[in-house]
Amino acid sequence: MGEVNRSIVLEGNETGFATTKFDSLLNWARKYSLFQYPFITACCGMEFMSLAGPRFDIARFGAEAPRFSPRQSDLLWVVGTISQRQAPALRRIYEQMMEPKWVLAFGTCASCGGFYDNYATVPGIDKIIPTDVYIPGCPPRPEAVIDGLLLLQDKIARGDRTPGIVKPREDVATLGNVNGLVKLEKKSSSKKAER
Amino acid sequence: MSAKVVDALKATFGAAILENHAHCGDDTVVVEASKWLEVATFLKNDPAMKFDMLSDLCAVDYPDRLPRFEVVIHLYSISLGHRIRVKARVGDEEGDGAEIATVTELWPGANWFERETYDMNGIVFQGHPDLRRILLYPEFEGFPLRKDYPAARTQPLVAYRTEAEAGLPLEKLAPFREDEGMAFGRRELPTSEPS
Repeated sequence: MGEVNRSIVLEGNETGFATTKFDSLLNWARKYSLFQYPFITACCGMEFMSLAGPRFDIARFGAEAPRFSPRQSDLLWVVGTISQRQAPALRRIYEQMMEPKWVLAFGTCASCGGFYDNYATVPGIDKIIPTDVYIPGCPPRPEAVIDGLLLLQDKIARGDRTPGIVKPREDVATLGNVNGLVKLEKKSSSKKAER
Repeated sequence: MSAKVVDALKATFGAAILENHAHCGDDTVVVEASKWLEVATFLKNDPAMKFDMLSDLCAVDYPDRLPRFEVVIHLYSISLGHRIRVKARVGDEEGDGAEIATVTELWPGANWFERETYDMNGIVFQGHPDLRRILLYPEFEGFPLRKDYPAARTQPLVAYRTEAEAGLPLEKLAPFREDEGMAFGRRELPTSEPS
């Protein structure tokens, strides 16, 4: 809530007021009430379901309510590969959305086409529609997607429309390992040595 | 396992069976393209054959061979438990004259297989009830699974945004270097205009 100048703790019967800019208040409200339109075309959809489910629970960020009409939504999730044949549909859905609207490219295919470097696939949805946040990964982990959502919320609060890319996180399992690889060892290795 | 089928085909069609071989127990016969429907009818209706299931129908492009394409069907007999692969060779160097009879009358499931084969390889199935593109869009020019289709040629339905419009670079690094991937198609990269 850093944008609404600061929080004031009131005690007992005290009353008070806070001052802020109207735009900041509006953006603060917008960033916690993103109504999403899930445009799901491929395997990233599985990861999206996980994200929307109770374990990762994007309801915590006020972004869980899907609206299956673009006219009622303000965040377009493009989840998966977009083929050339689908491009007009995606473009039209984007155009049907009301302002203000944001677009989130979920996964490598939506971001840049991924390894589909061929006649059938659009090399990134930004070739067709403006994109606010790119989330790399094939598919991205739900944590990465939450990072992307927080990045978007931050951008909404600042009123910033420059595209952002989610940075990779370091995997805690690999910390402290020189090769950056997790070592898998069998428990029975000592038994083998006895033989 | 299907040696009996091959023998029966040779006995019935004689010189129209151009060659046959077996690989890992799967028998393949190559037949005269003009006898395609006759052979298929025999395999479907003969009481000793009874190939009541069409597993697959596709085509393969061998640019160095003449005729250039092989049309392949994979048949299975549910009642007798045997299977066979039948091929026929069609088409000249330019891919013209790649025509063969439809087997839709025998196996209704061949309908969409033949449409896909037409869509991807440009094989014309004579007598097909509804031969039009099934996966790609009607505006698409050429046949993408032919080896002479440039691997990097795309035909977007929606005009791509320009970098000036987007305000950021939209060109992505190609996932393959010049010497990687489908070398035969990457020799020349024609620029295509969005239709």
